[in-house]
Amino acid sequence: MQDPYYRREHLAQFSAIGESRPDLAEKFFAYYGAVMGEGTLSAREKSLIALAVAHAIQCPYCIDAYTKGSLESGADLEQMTEAVHVATAIRGGASLVHGLQMRGHHDQLSM
Amino acid sequence: MPSCSVNRFEQALRKHGRGELAAERLDTLQVNVGRLCNQVCRHCHVDAGPHQTGADVNMGPEVAAIVERVVRSGAVRVLDLTGGAPELNPSFRRLVEAARDAGVHVMDRCNLSVLLQPGQEDLAAFLADRRVEVVASLPFYRRDRTDRQRGAGVFDQSLLGLRRLNELGYGSRDDLRLNLVYNPTGAFLPGDQHALEREFRRELTDGLGIAFHQLFCITNMPIARFAEWLHRSGNYESYMAVLANAFNPAALEGLMCRNLISVAPDGTLHDCDFNQMLGLPVSAHVPRHIREFDSAVLARRPVVTDSHCLGCTAGAGSSCGGAVT
Ligand code: SF4
Ligand code: SF4
Repeated sequence: MQDPYYRREHLAQFSAIGESRPDLAEKFFAYYGAVMGEGTLSAREKSLIALAVAHAIQCPYCIDAYTKGSLESGADLEQMTEAVHVATAIRGGASLVHGLQMRGHHDQLSM
Repeated sequence: MPSCSVNRFEQALRKHGRGELAAERLDTLQVNVGRLCNQVCRHCHVDAGPHQTGADVNMGPEVAAIVERVVRSGAVRVLDLTGGAPELNPSFRRLVEAARDAGVHVMDRCNLSVLLQPGQEDLAAFLADRRVEVVASLPFYRRDRTDRQRGAGVFDQSLLGLRRLNELGYGSRDDLRLNLVYNPTGAFLPGDQHALEREFRRELTDGLGIAFHQLFCITNMPIARFAEWLHRSGNYESYMAVLANAFNPAALEGLMCRNLISVAPDGTLHDCDFNQMLGLPVSAHVPRHIREFDSAVLARRPVVTDSHCLGCTAGAGSSCGGAVT
C-alpha cells in the first residue's frame, strides 16, 4: 500500500474527494471558486492572502498551489515574502499577546 | 527526450473531437528580420544580441525586397515586424514605408530600449509619423523582476522609451496604439489578462504616469531556451501536463496560425514564429519561400503542429495578440 501521508499528486487529485457525498463537494468547490474570483479584492490580493494563510496553517498543498497562483496573478517574490511575514507576525503576535494571560495568572498566583 | 516523439497537441485535438488544424485566411505577414538586438536577455528564444550581425541570421536586402513586393501587392492587411530588435535592420524603415503606402497596418515588436540607442533618436517620431502600432515587451511592472530577467537597468530604460512614446501621443491617441506584452518568468501560466492589465495599470499608469492601450498576456512556449530550462530544472513534464490539462478548444478559433504567415530572415515561410524557431517550415504542399508567395493557397494551408502548440491553447489561449478567448 502507498503511504497516504502528504503525497504531491493529492493536489491534482483533490476533486476525488467528491466520489463520496458529491453534493457536498460540489457546494464546496462552487463556493471556493466564487470566493477566489475577482471581486473588490483583486485576484493577486486574494492569492497573497491565501499564500499567507497557507503558511499559517502550514499546508504544503496550499503553499504549492498559491505560490503558483500568486505568480500567475502577477505577484512577485518580494510581495510573496511579505505575505509570509504577515502570517508569521500574526502567528508570533498571537502567541506573544497570550503572554498577558500568563502575566495575569502569574500575578494572581504570586504574593 | 521521449516526450518529443508524440504530438500531444494532436492527441488533445482528437480527444476533443477536432480535426487537424488548418489556416482559414491570411491577414498578417509576420516578418522576422533577424537576430540583431541591442539587448541580451537571458530568456531570449532567438539568442538575439549585438553580436548577431551575420548575414546568415539577418534578413538581407534581396529577401527584404521580395517582402516589400508582397506587401505592396495588397495581399495582406497587416505587416508584423519582429526580431531581434527589428528596427536595427537596415531594411526596417523601407518595409514600414512600403506597407503604409499600400495602406497596410504595421506592428513593430519593440523592446523599448532600442528607442534610446545612438543613431535611433528619431525612431519614435518615425513610428508615430507612420502610425505604426507599437507592441512593447515589458516582462513585468516592477524593476527588480524585470532587471533580473532582462539585465540591469532595462526597466528604467524601458520607462524612458515608454515616456518618449507617450510624449508623441502613443498610448492615448487611438491612431497611435501602444500595447504591452507580458509573459510569465517561469513554469507557470499567465493569469487572467484583464486582472493583470489592472495590475499593470495600477503600477505603470497610476504609479508612474505611463499610458498604454492594452496588455497582452502570452504563455511561455515549451521550445528553445525555455524548453532547455524546463528540462534542466525538472519542470518539463509538469509544465506540459499543466498545458495539456488547460487545453481549451475555444482557443482554437483565435490561433494566430489561422490567419498569419511567418517569414524567416532567409525568406522561408512558417506557420508562426514558434515554428520558425523550431525550424518547422509550412507544409510541403504549399509554397515554402516568400518568392513563391501565393496568398490564396497559403490562406487554406494545413498547419504543421507539434506538442509545443499546447502553449497556444492553454487556458484563455495565447497568440501574438495575447489571450484569444
Ligand atoms: S529584447 Fe527581445 S530579441 Fe532582444 S535579446 Fe531581449 S528577448 Fe531577445
Ligand atoms: S505554435 Fe504556431 S502552429 Fe502551433 S498552435 Fe501556436 S500558432 Fe499554431
